[in-house]
Amino acid sequence: MTATPAARPRPPAVGYWIGFAVVVALLIVAPLVLPPFWQRFATEILIWGLLAMSSDILIGYTGMVSFGHSAFFGLGMYGAAAALLTVKPPSLWLGLLYGLVTAGGAAVFVAYFATRLRDIYFAISTLVFSQIFYVIIFTWTEVTGGENGLTFSQPRLTIPGLWSDRFTPVTFHWFVLAVVLLSYLLVRRITQSPFGMVLQSIRENEPRTRAIGYHVERYKIVAVMLSGLFAGLSGVLYALQNKFAAPDFVFFVVSGEVVIFNVMGGMGTLVGPFAGAAFFLLLREGLSRFLTEYYLIPLGVIFIIMIIFLPQGLLGFLRRRLNA
Amino acid sequence: MDQIIIQTLHGLVNGMVLAMVASGLTLIFGIMDIVNFAHGDLLMLGAFVGASVVGVTGNYWLALVVAAIVIAMLGALLQITTLRPLIGRDPLTTILATFGVSLVIQKYALWQWGPSVRRISEPVPGEFTLFHLQYPWYRVATAVLAGLIIGGLWLFLKYGKYGIWIRATTQDRVMAQAMGIPVPLVYTAVFAIGSAMAAASGVLFGPFAGVTQTMGFDFTLRAFIVVVVGGMGNLGGSILASIFVSLLESYASIVVSPAQAVIVSFVVLVMTMLFRPTGLFVPTPK
Repeated sequence: MTATPAARPRPPAVGYWIGFAVVVALLIVAPLVLPPFWQRFATEILIWGLLAMSSDILIGYTGMVSFGHSAFFGLGMYGAAAALLTVKPPSLWLGLLYGLVTAGGAAVFVAYFATRLRDIYFAISTLVFSQIFYVIIFTWTEVTGGENGLTFSQPRLTIPGLWSDRFTPVTFHWFVLAVVLLSYLLVRRITQSPFGMVLQSIRENEPRTRAIGYHVERYKIVAVMLSGLFAGLSGVLYALQNKFAAPDFVFFVVSGEVVIFNVMGGMGTLVGPFAGAAFFLLLREGLSRFLTEYYLIPLGVIFIIMIIFLPQGLLGFLRRRLNA
Repeated sequence: MDQIIIQTLHGLVNGMVLAMVASGLTLIFGIMDIVNFAHGDLLMLGAFVGASVVGVTGNYWLALVVAAIVIAMLGALLQITTLRPLIGRDPLTTILATFGVSLVIQKYALWQWGPSVRRISEPVPGEFTLFHLQYPWYRVATAVLAGLIIGGLWLFLKYGKYGIWIRATTQDRVMAQAMGIPVPLVYTAVFAIGSAMAAASGVLFGPFAGVTQTMGFDFTLRAFIVVVVGGMGNLGGSILASIFVSLLESYASIVVSPAQAVIVSFVVLVMTMLFRPTGLFVPTPK
């Protein structure tokens, strides 16, 4: 058989990779030049961006809006906390593993039920599931610490058999950056794989995808699981940065912020959510300087205006190039 | 035994208030396909407006009317500014937009009225004895009043000229437009009516547990649950579902703490969506 025209190699996206290299270089240098406050801020943007990117797998690529990502994020935090509190000596990698397993398990559970529903119903059911986890965590004081949450000390950065050292803010930033970059490249690869193409065809036209013969529900379940895993990963990173796990992060407000990041940055671009997170957090930082906790009033208004006039988000105009 | 009777009464009263919240939500959903995430926050705002009016005039019934009117105007304004431009877009964008509205309203209430709990004094004094427990008349009066308001809404939709306009728009908006019904105006009016219902239920609920700026989300979630359980856009179904879910929650709170009893309604919701997604209290679609 001869190769079909579709198998023709795509032209390499030179512009994309140059842009990618520049941004990565900037992020590597950032902690060395920024003052401590902004250093920490940059790390936080990466973590929230990772969470938002995990949600983008669903919102941008499969066409399902999840209002329950706080559950996966929070369970990632609690999973990491469990590993760091019970296993002696605390191990970074075990924390990651526990967090991923907890979040992944929850994602399987939620995915099994929620993916049978579509559109608004999917959004509401994910919201309800996240509230179930929230109520359990909030009321099960003996295990989760209830309202106070769990605190622990930061584990050492170890590469087994090679090296072990305390985290400094700079090395922690690089560690987060490495995890985020790996995740980004992995998710990017997944969205461009045949599997990712099926997800996008579900977004474009679900009945037709089903008619072609794809088992839509199975693809959706895997998509939610993947999304939950990466959300859990970001939860672990956040727990490591702040040395605690708290029920506030399982609450629905976090899920709402994740959706805001996506809408502001641009859905279906993977990079957009990072831009959205940066935009949101910077605005919050700037506004809360003189508005304290009322920063959400102007921020909410900006969000509504963007939904109406800029539905593609900040990076939406780059959508084609970013997926090249 | 008396535990069960008291909880039944409790569930019925809570169910009627919830039914009123849900009827506004379901009306808005049924006619515009908008899932109003800010519904609970409109309720909260209404309760605060009511509390302020009670604080100034001391008249509860005046507060009820003023809150309903003020929030209805706010609802109309919201619909015109944020939801009208979104007509014809993906229904999910309206969830996002109303979510944004909910954030703004909540923080505005915090700014305006502060974080403390506001009390609205009970307009109907007295209690009656049920076994060995004192049960306030006010709660019973609230349930009856909520029933009357919902009944009034139903009559309006069934027989009123504008009610018929609204139902016509629900059934077929293109045809309704062709018959000369001003559809955009109907949209705005329906959103205003739904908001007024939310505000009125906020004032009714106020004396139960006080008014705080975070009460909205809880109501939004519960109203969603009963609207889905009852069948989206179906008024009668939502009312039955509100009572059903509230009763279940009341009974569950005999065994576990009220905070955990919420899970019962979540489970009812998930079960409904899995096994009967059209809603529990509607006839099986053919």
